[in-house]
Amino acid sequence: MSFARWIPAGLLAGACLAATAQDARKEIEKYQQMIADSSPVELFELEGEALWKKRQGAKNVSLEGCDLGLGAGALKGAYAQLPRYFSDADRVMDLETRLLHCMTTLQGRSREEATKRVFGNEDRLSEMEYLSAYIAAQSRGVPMAPGTSHPREKAAFELGRKTYFYRGGAWDFSCASCHGEAGKRIRMQELPQLFKPEYARPVVATWPAYRVSNSQFKTMQWRINNCFQQMRYPEPGYASDITVALAMFLTATGAGEPYRGPGTKR
Amino acid sequence: MADPMKIRAGLKGDVADVRVLMNHPMETGQRKDSSGNLIPVHFIQEITVKLNGKSVIEAQVSQAVSRNPVFSFRVKGAKAGDRLEISWLDNKGDRNSTETALA
Repeated sequence: MSFARWIPAGLLAGACLAATAQDARKEIEKYQQMIADSSPVELFELEGEALWKKRQGAKNVSLEGCDLGLGAGALKGAYAQLPRYFSDADRVMDLETRLLHCMTTLQGRSREEATKRVFGNEDRLSEMEYLSAYIAAQSRGVPMAPGTSHPREKAAFELGRKTYFYRGGAWDFSCASCHGEAGKRIRMQELPQLFKPEYARPVVATWPAYRVSNSQFKTMQWRINNCFQQMRYPEPGYASDITVALAMFLTATGAGEPYRGPGTKR
Repeated sequence: MADPMKIRAGLKGDVADVRVLMNHPMETGQRKDSSGNLIPVHFIQEITVKLNGKSVIEAQVSQAVSRNPVFSFRVKGAKAGDRLEISWLDNKGDRNSTETALA
């Protein structure tokens, strides 16, 4: 008898929870729509454009001669085909790595000077963040299509995949420890299984992104750097092979979706 | 203030649907900097919208509004080619304005 009374009650509670989760998701979507409506990213794009055209460095030239893969100065759709292999640098590069390359070669700046402040704050974004906002915005509507045919691009993808599942650090964490199972979240933030295209696509189509909770603009290099920190790994080098490989793994996994960023995150 | 403002206006019939994105720190006066000093209050106080030079909206705004605020509003009685001017004044006396022609 007591069983018969318990079971329906349990079912009812389950149904209620499911309904609440549905409502919560709908409310979160509504909230995300609202924050996207008030994104200040367009202001950052304007600043980025000014920095792209600003003469700097020992050679006193702008970045307008920088080849992001589609020819010197070509910006339309350039972000959507990164990361890719660049023969002039003999490396696979993501946007920030390529920009850093242009700053050191084209503008004659030192790596130390160019990377002194790569992650900004709410009062002022970094140069890389402004530039990322401007350049990524020039790929709106262009399907994400990173390089996947060159052997070095394939190697970067494989290294990225290996890193994603590689457990290490003080907590024996891998990316997959958090981003490995369906239905996991941190507080209200769902953790996408980024090794699956259906989860990776909306992510790579919206980074870099404006973060509402701290009024900052964040790039993929920052995202990866911050994940390493959360996993208690040593800090990865900015624009290092390992960060580019992870970006390649994520972007190639999520390829095909038209770019619709710079996005807005909670 | 040379910081850019971004204005987006659409016209439906005689109603202009306007969104304007403003560049402003909107400091509440409650935050502290890294050395523990209070960051002085700094916010937009007044927003004025003019249609062909005639004031149509005068808004008073407080420090409760977020950094880089977006204001959106509708103006009745507008037509294509009308000049829409939006300006703000903050508590330090800084001003900024931008204008666009409705299309």
